[in-house]
Amino acid sequence: MQFDRRGFLKIAGLTLLGLSAKPGWQVFSKVAAPEPSPEAEALAKNKWGMAITFRKCWKEEGCRDCIDACHRIHNVPNLGTLKEEIKWIWREPYEKVFPEHEFEVTEEDYQNEPVLLLCNHCDDPPCVRYCPTRATWKREDGIVMMDFHRCIGCRYCMAGCPYGSRSFNWRDPRPFIKNVNLEFPTRTRGVVEKCNFCVERLAQNKIPACVEACKEKALVFGDLKDPKSEIREALKYKTIYQRQPELGTKPKVYYIL
Amino acid sequence: MYDGKKIIPGLLIFLGLMTYPIWHNTVSGKMSYVPKPELPTEKDKKECVEPKAFIRVNHKTLLEDWKFSVVRNGIRTYQASNQKTYNISLNRTCMNCHRDKTKFCDQCHTYMGVTNKCWDCHIYPKQLSPGPLALHEP
Repeated sequence: MQFDRRGFLKIAGLTLLGLSAKPGWQVFSKVAAPEPSPEAEALAKNKWGMAITFRKCWKEEGCRDCIDACHRIHNVPNLGTLKEEIKWIWREPYEKVFPEHEFEVTEEDYQNEPVLLLCNHCDDPPCVRYCPTRATWKREDGIVMMDFHRCIGCRYCMAGCPYGSRSFNWRDPRPFIKNVNLEFPTRTRGVVEKCNFCVERLAQNKIPACVEACKEKALVFGDLKDPKSEIREALKYKTIYQRQPELGTKPKVYYIL
Repeated sequence: MYDGKKIIPGLLIFLGLMTYPIWHNTVSGKMSYVPKPELPTEKDKKECVEPKAFIRVNHKTLLEDWKFSVVRNGIRTYQASNQKTYNISLNRTCMNCHRDKTKFCDQCHTYMGVTNKCWDCHIYPKQLSPGPLALHEP
């Protein structure tokens, strides 16, 4: 049999192809399903949500009790510039949050009224789908969690979030934190952060800090699965708004006029 | 050998310079240095979450497991081998006894040339004591 270089290469190539068939099949046939956590069943009993009542929120002009409370306990830095701003809960003028509510006559009434914004903890969160490292994921109780240890700072989630709920640490945030809360870690440079629905407080059976800080009770937090919960009562027979419901992300933050 | 008079002394000087750190440390007594992590002296802080031998080898995996447990699974208590239950927290559990990381963690880590990023985010109690985040004054 004549065995020239061409023949050798052909057989070598085929052999390699044959050898890679099995591992290749093993890799590509696997459907990557996230493993449910051992606490999944216990967590799945609840579905946390929040309702914000505009009328109550607008009673005191310039009030930022909830923002201060949240940013204090979570060591959120104040860098002073809009570009590098880190925000977990913040305000935006009404017409910018709900541009679709522009009506000829009533528009003026709401103009420049502040709307509280925070992570919507979507049912179908785009940020989770974009994250290449699974540093962000949806917990069984609906909270979109962040693992700061895992985040590589690629900012795909920020591009994916239609609500602008995520902020990136362009520098070391520590020098910009006035009073450090020892109970909660700070973040480091190159990490994305956002509201965590006070997951650490929920674990201690406390309500989120912003809800607790609100004097007017404009913020209501509770279990959406429980028909008798505070939030379900607050939402009952009300006209409810959500931010960009047409995107199908199903936010868990509701606005009541 | 050509130029043996130059090459051999040159090699000797080179070897001497290369091994200088070893000689230096032997003479100055640094070779026999053993890191001494400071252990808490209070009576109620004598016992760690796991036996000393286990912690010495496995503290990294233990911390990694704790992190995973709290962040990913939402389980915030740890069932230790001594049947006690501990609150999983770097600050409230570990650093509650080992208050100063420079006297505990850093002792071995510096000696072994190990760097970790724990304290980029987590704050240990001692770090705060002279002022707000004393180590990172702007």
